Amino acid sequence: MEEIQIVAFRLDNEEYGVNILNVQEIIRPTEITRVPKAPAYITGVINLRGNVIPVMNLRQRFGIQGEMQNDSNTRIIILNLQDVNIGIFVDSVSEVIRLSGEEIEEPNLVEALDDKFVQAVGKYNGRLIILLDLNQLLDVNNEKAHTLSSRSE
Amino acid sequence: MNKNEYLDLFFEETREHLQLLNEGLLKIEQNPADEEPINEIFRAAHTIKGMAATMGFEQITELTHKMENLLGKIRDKELNFSSDISDLLFKCVDTLEQMINNIDENKEIEIAHLINQLTNFEKADPQKENQIKEETNSLNEYENKVIIEAQKQNLNVFKCVINVSPECVMKAVRVFMVFKSLEEIGEIIKSIPNSQDLEDEKFDNQFTVYLVTNKGSNEVENIINSISEISLEKIELAGMDNEKMIPSGNLGKQETKDKSVNSTTKIHQTVRVDINKLDNLMNLVGELVINKTRLEDIIKTNDMKALTETVEQIDRITSELQNVVMNVRMVPIEQVFNRFPRMVRDLCKDLGKEIRLIMEGKETELDRTVIDEIGDPLVHLLRNAIDHGIESPDIRVRRGKEREGTLKLIARQEGKSVVIIVQDNGQGISIEKIKQKALEKGLYTAKELDQMDNNSIINLIFSAGFSTAETITDVSGRGVGLDVVKSKIQALSGSVYVESKEGEGTKFTIKLPLTLAIIQALLVKVGLEIYAIPLANIDETTVIEDSLIKNIQGQEVMVLRGKVLPLIRLSKVLDVKITQELETNELYVVVVRKGDKQVGLVVNELIGQQEIVITSLGKLLSGIPGIAGAAILGDGKVSLILDIGSLF
Repeated sequence: MEEIQIVAFRLDNEEYGVNILNVQEIIRPTEITRVPKAPAYITGVINLRGNVIPVMNLRQRFGIQGEMQNDSNTRIIILNLQDVNIGIFVDSVSEVIRLSGEEIEEPNLVEALDDKFVQAVGKYNGRLIILLDLNQLLDVNNEKAHTLSSRSE
Repeated sequence: MNKNEYLDLFFEETREHLQLLNEGLLKIEQNPADEEPINEIFRAAHTIKGMAATMGFEQITELTHKMENLLGKIRDKELNFSSDISDLLFKCVDTLEQMINNIDENKEIEIAHLINQLTNFEKADPQKENQIKEETNSLNEYENKVIIEAQKQNLNVFKCVINVSPECVMKAVRVFMVFKSLEEIGEIIKSIPNSQDLEDEKFDNQFTVYLVTNKGSNEVENIINSISEISLEKIELAGMDNEKMIPSGNLGKQETKDKSVNSTTKIHQTVRVDINKLDNLMNLVGELVINKTRLEDIIKTNDMKALTETVEQIDRITSELQNVVMNVRMVPIEQVFNRFPRMVRDLCKDLGKEIRLIMEGKETELDRTVIDEIGDPLVHLLRNAIDHGIESPDIRVRRGKEREGTLKLIARQEGKSVVIIVQDNGQGISIEKIKQKALEKGLYTAKELDQMDNNSIINLIFSAGFSTAETITDVSGRGVGLDVVKSKIQALSGSVYVESKEGEGTKFTIKLPLTLAIIQALLVKVGLEIYAIPLANIDETTVIEDSLIKNIQGQEVMVLRGKVLPLIRLSKVLDVKITQELETNELYVVVVRKGDKQVGLVVNELIGQQEIVITSLGKLLSGIPGIAGAAILGDGKVSLILDIGSLF
């Protein structure tokens, strides 16, 4: 794998990262409109400068127990993948990290992790950063059959 | 040349010219004596040919070239326009249309039979003179002059078609020998291919030369045949033609043979925009930017008066922007109407009917999205009118009507909507037969039918149960899939109804919103959430006390002016949490219509009517039942728009 830049964020007790090329912007939480009959992990939609964008609750998506935190650190990361815009709720955004090829490990090297949302794991200054597979994350169609086991680390 | 860049333009323009062809052909059919249409379609065919050749679409070039030849003959009165010819030309136009639609798929269409037919018509002309003329067509003006000059001096002009034996190794040498010996007896004024290509051996085994000489044809023949590996295929006197046409031999060179066209070229929908509108847009955006800077200044100075002023400016600019952008999206309905004369003509021919199509209000403008969708329902209604509405000429005469039926297609703007009327003076709809059918189908009881007025009964033809082909043709001669027509129009937030008098005719009236992007909606509160219901779906609103809601077999109903109205609590359908303090005794009911059914939607509060801009929820959330999209309200909140069609 080549060197990549990621936006690192915290959710629950873990640190995650998404490729910076997929990050459109990071905003503070705004008013959310619930969408009836939408998948449970879609919290609702927000108005981002005239565009209506769905926002996803990652805890629900990953099956993490516990309520969404909502404090001064909470952010919505607006992701952009193949013309699809979506926001994800995160507990806090930490920093932009440059990961070199050696610092990234394919998930099959890490036995404890077999979650389909994980693309790779980055090792950075002793931190482990879970790099998300956005294609899987945004693939709503296959979701219904998918039940998540809670994380086991 | 990057062809993809021009592909959109090519499509747009070719379609326009095809439309011209269709229109022109129809005009000629109606009035063969008129010369203007034939010139027009000749030019259209010629333009398509030129464009296709430039783009390297060989098949299209070939077909239009042949059409052009035939049209040229008709124009020059060498051939009489017959219905066979018009049928063939119409077929060609259809094929061209298909070919153009298929371009992005790189599919080839069989055109050989059309080409053959065209050629047959062309050759059907008995006078040999014409044939020679046609071939001389490939001479340019200068060469023609030379020929005239030569003929004046009593010299012969021969057109020699010469074969080179396929075994010949050095063709260029043989050609050179032919040229050399012919130049001893006369002058070669032209060769096909040209001498450069002949030298480079860029030809198959045959070439043609035009020779001016004082010798006879036998002598020329002897000279040519005396050269080894060379034989004379044909020798004939070349005639004269003042007609200037593109030499067919040159066509091949014009085609840029770029086979590597990306087959996945996406064809984008385009709208032609008046440059003034664009300038206007640009100006408005400029003003907007200026005001933005002003706002930034105001933040520093905290000048409230300036702020109010700027906000007013921005308000004005945005509403103007909205108007202009809407305007840009507007397309005249002509685009849809234009294909109908042709369709009506074909159907009349097939069905043996005589119908005059009258179209009015072609210039009426509609939003692009509506234009794209309205074609099919209109085709449906027109077909019905022709097939089942208007009687055959004989029957009409027997009934004391004009032999020729009249079919009117009228569009006009009425306030913020566009009305399209399809009216025929055919046999109309039989109310008795519809009643009968409704009973048979078990849609209504006899008692219910007796209570209905005639208009409501006629409008039953839009109900889903009426849609199978056989039954309908039996019943009223109408209604093949009329429920489809209705649902399509409703999907466009429009409405349709029918009026008819038996024996006198039928009139369908379609009402469409000018634009789909902005609609009038009623904002309602369900619990604490705000939803928008399109006004087009709403019949009325009313207030009801909770205690007046009755229960019939688990279905909540209310009585509205003596009629039982089923009720749906939106809070239940939309899973809205209703807290104790929100439960009031007084509830609001929004009566909406879905097809023929009326349903009352129970909400907590009516907020008011508002113009809203429909925004999509995006790919991720598409297809959620009951939700048509989202709208951003004045305070920046997102409100969901209910889709009455799929809500219940």
